[in-house]
Amino acid sequence: MSASRTRRVRAFTSAALGLSLALTVAACGGTTQDSNEDEGGGGDEPAATADAGGEFETGLSIAMLPKSVNNPYFDASSEGAEAAVGELEGEYEYTGPSDTAASSQVSYINTLSQQAADVILLSANDPNALCSSLEQARAAGTSVVTFDSDVDPSCRDAFVSQVDGAEVGRTLIEMMSEQIGGEGQIAILSATANATNQNAWIAVIEEELANNPDYANVELVATVYGDDEDEKSFQETQGLLQANPELKGIISPTTVGIAAAARYLQGSEYKGQIALTGLGTPNQMREFVKDGTVTEFALWDPTALGELAAYAGAAVASGIITGAEGDTFTAGELGEYTVGADGVIILGPPTRFNADNIDDFDF
Amino acid sequence: MTLVARPTDSAPTTRTGSTLLDAVLRFRALGLLIALVAMVAATAAVNSRFVSQQSIRDILLGAAITILLAVGMTVVVLTRGIDLSVGSVLGLSAYVTADFLQVNPGTPVPVAMLLGLAIGAGCGLVNGAVIHFGKVPALVATLGTLYVFRGIVYFVAGGSRINASDMPRGFLDFGTDRVLGIPYLIIVSLVVVVLAGVFLSRYRAGRDMYALGSSPEAAKLAGIPAGRRLLTAYVLCGALAGLGGVLHAARFGTVDASAGSGMELNVVAAVVVGGVAIFGGSGTVFGAALGALLLTVISNALPVLSVDQFWQQAIVGALILGAIGLDRFVGLRVSASLRRKDSHVD
Repeated sequence: MSASRTRRVRAFTSAALGLSLALTVAACGGTTQDSNEDEGGGGDEPAATADAGGEFETGLSIAMLPKSVNNPYFDASSEGAEAAVGELEGEYEYTGPSDTAASSQVSYINTLSQQAADVILLSANDPNALCSSLEQARAAGTSVVTFDSDVDPSCRDAFVSQVDGAEVGRTLIEMMSEQIGGEGQIAILSATANATNQNAWIAVIEEELANNPDYANVELVATVYGDDEDEKSFQETQGLLQANPELKGIISPTTVGIAAAARYLQGSEYKGQIALTGLGTPNQMREFVKDGTVTEFALWDPTALGELAAYAGAAVASGIITGAEGDTFTAGELGEYTVGADGVIILGPPTRFNADNIDDFDF
Repeated sequence: MTLVARPTDSAPTTRTGSTLLDAVLRFRALGLLIALVAMVAATAAVNSRFVSQQSIRDILLGAAITILLAVGMTVVVLTRGIDLSVGSVLGLSAYVTADFLQVNPGTPVPVAMLLGLAIGAGCGLVNGAVIHFGKVPALVATLGTLYVFRGIVYFVAGGSRINASDMPRGFLDFGTDRVLGIPYLIIVSLVVVVLAGVFLSRYRAGRDMYALGSSPEAAKLAGIPAGRRLLTAYVLCGALAGLGGVLHAARFGTVDASAGSGMELNVVAAVVVGGVAIFGGSGTVFGAALGALLLTVISNALPVLSVDQFWQQAIVGALILGAIGLDRFVGLRVSASLRRKDSHVD
């Protein structure tokens, strides 16, 4: 119990992000094939990167080490990374612990280092606990690129961030304001009270509300925490609606929260009365968008994140980039990316999903 | 023999004189009712929406699954056992059932429920067999199966999640629809509570559970088939957890490998708060159901009262201790009063 509980409660959405792969295993396989062919078709990419300073080496061994295996979010990231590694003619491995305890990744890093992996793509469970292992791995010639969840910048070569935190916050409040017509009370249903990412986004939302004249009439009345549990999220949603009769909308920046809140609204008398938006996956929210419970929500694409991470890792291992600010590389069909301050590479703005485009996505 | 044939809660007729007082005092769930009423009244005084139709439905829906599991747990605890694997069994049943429905969208709801019951009963049989034939203490055995069953869910589910749009409309409606204003889920739970209550108080096999929990040695000497009864108890508990899994899938519409994680502690808390003695032999499913309802009311009321989230866990814990304390107090009063009366009668 404790293992899976930890897995759920860890301070990052990804631990909560759920993607239905069961239905789509076949489809995903197909997608991977397609993207391989696409990239094969546009096979001049390595030549393009040569212009950016060097060519990707082939035969790199690239390993992805997620926070925990059995997490649909990372399964999707792995799909993307595997496709990229296939494109780069490298060897790919997906390995990791089954729980998200801070120390459980250490032995995996050591093993990968001993196996002389060229690149480790890491989503870190802890910003500091992994540093000494990572230092050893890097001393042995392994390039370390973190994605999704970073370690201390001195312990890795580059960090592939899913999205700019401020941009997520701004997108969330913008969607909410659009849906409630620019005025009224809103509330936030978050994950756990100490979830780093959620808290950063909430801080941005609060700042926007305070300073942006567009949101002068929008008032944040409560922030509650569903702990990324279905039952708790249900209860907190009920509590919000009862405690705040004037509530117009709820923002839930966590996939478990938004799905639970949507399911509650769908079966209650509040359906259609309360606007709900936040971060969710298209497969998870399709039902609620189709029946009008939810108008629009957002998320980044974890598959693209994994793909970009793999390209970034290969670029570091090939000497195309060093992780210094201003380095550029081309990540296959994702296009050209520039390394920002502290070796951070940003995937791009979150994608918005609504009734018009939700059927174009399958993750 | 007196050890085996404990006086039942439902036989106050043996005590003439002040039947009413007996009935009140001997109803161990009295403390619970008081706490429940106080909690609802206090919350409603602050926010009248708490007693609105929608809110009451939400509470009942929220309690339905815990009640179901608490009934099964009661039977096991009565035999001086415990089943910590119920959360994992619920998760396994929820995932397998949801997966089955996704592949066979035409499946009627009762068939889905039978499937969940069967999965749960299978898990319960494993528990019972390990405990009875392996002579392993229930706490250790079910702690083991807690991880084993959860491991199986992870194996079956991998990283996948079954979403609302993957499940048939009719099944999801079952999770939210109601008849005469009462949600289906709570009707299922109440039927189970009544059936289990009748089984435990009126049937020989049911009474044997109390006997086993009161004094296993005496019960065996009196010829009670201990092994068969123990297996029955664990199969029953597992089956109800399995049924709970089906309801979980219908209610939340989203199932992944972690469904029901950590639920066993809530269920044990509900049972203990509901006045079922953790050392077996005493308690009723009605008490356990009330315990589950009380815990649900508490966790629903605190957000309505806008209690700071950081305090909620502590408050729930304190209320659990309080409810147990109150119940214990009433229990002491009862036994004291019974002793006095016994001496009078004698």
